[in-house]
Amino acid sequence: MTPRPGRDDDPDRLYTLTQGRSRPATDEFDLVTLVVAESDPVPGMQSEHVAILRMCRRPTAVVEVSAQLKLPVSITKILLSDLLETGKVTARHPRTTPNTAGAQRLPDPTTLEKVLVGLRHRL
Amino acid sequence: MDSVTASEARTPLAATADNGLKIVIVGGFGVGKTTMVRSVSDIRPLNTEETMTQAGEGTDDRSAVPNKTATTVAFDFGRISLDEHTVLYLFGAPGQERFWFLWDRLFAGTLGAIVLVDDRRLADSWYAIDRLEHHGTPFVVARNDFGGPPYTAAEVRKALDLDPNVPLLTCDARSRAAGKQVLISLAEHLQSLAAAQQETAAP
Ligand SMILES: Nc1nc2c(ncn2[C@@H]2O[C@H](COP(=O)(O)OP(=O)(O)OP(=O)(O)O)[C@@H](O)[C@H]2O)c(=O)[nH]1
Ligand SMILES: [Mg+2]
Repeated sequence: MTPRPGRDDDPDRLYTLTQGRSRPATDEFDLVTLVVAESDPVPGMQSEHVAILRMCRRPTAVVEVSAQLKLPVSITKILLSDLLETGKVTARHPRTTPNTAGAQRLPDPTTLEKVLVGLRHRL
Repeated sequence: MDSVTASEARTPLAATADNGLKIVIVGGFGVGKTTMVRSVSDIRPLNTEETMTQAGEGTDDRSAVPNKTATTVAFDFGRISLDEHTVLYLFGAPGQERFWFLWDRLFAGTLGAIVLVDDRRLADSWYAIDRLEHHGTPFVVARNDFGGPPYTAAEVRKALDLDPNVPLLTCDARSRAAGKQVLISLAEHLQSLAAAQQETAAP
């Protein structure tokens, strides 16, 4: 078997390209931000907005909204922003506080414990 | 197509759900990413896509015209409700080099990653491993058993140039129990890393 080439052999061109721009300021929704409808659709509303308000009667992740609408995530986020601005939906953002103290980004111990307990019991 | 985009089988989350977590499964073409997501997910895998427009600045200066490239990448996902508040999303992501700038953005804030490998095509995962190391995203490597050549774990570690701390597991992506075990191993790996970090940080 050919071994993986040494870690530092190849400068990472794509990384250099995107450095500092990996999180645009407009990115108010995470893929797993849970969206909840705060009102019912009203006549005359854009059909995508109607669909979102219906599917978000129960909390629904941005990525699920995107899959249901069959629209790319970025477009879905714009539609969600419209609704968020007018108070028609609320957003429950991920609560993980990534531990960036060390070299690795690690989730906090409470979250990890929940994950382990959940996996053991639910799966 | 082995995943659905339709509104079929909508299983809503609990009204109390308020904390979404992410784990990403990366690996080469056909290595079993979707299969693993399906094995452990509460819902049938869904798929969607993300498009990213990237200004080509800094590439080279052959031209003064800013060249923009749009890349679309499809990915699938499933979820596991861990408790009344916490939902774990699992993303299956192709590991090809050309998609990584997109993963950087899409998967920022993941708990960790599972690198799924096929012993016969280990080189397919080199780039993903480089990338995860570069980002400091913790991961485990799971060998999906396709009945390929029986390399030893040591041989696979060597071929992947794996850090000795990175767990190397064997699984069958079609099995729920095996998928669960890989997820638990990743969570335990994260815990031990966190514990080690605590120790270093302690005065
Ligand atoms: N023998 C064996 N076959 C498997 C295993 N896991 C997946 N397969 C089969 O391998 C094929 C590819 O699996 P997928 O889950 O579609 O792989 P993928 O990584 O999602 O593929 P792409 O998204 O196309 O890159 C399918 O026919 C699976 O049934 C495994 O553990 N053992
Ligand atoms: Mg797939």
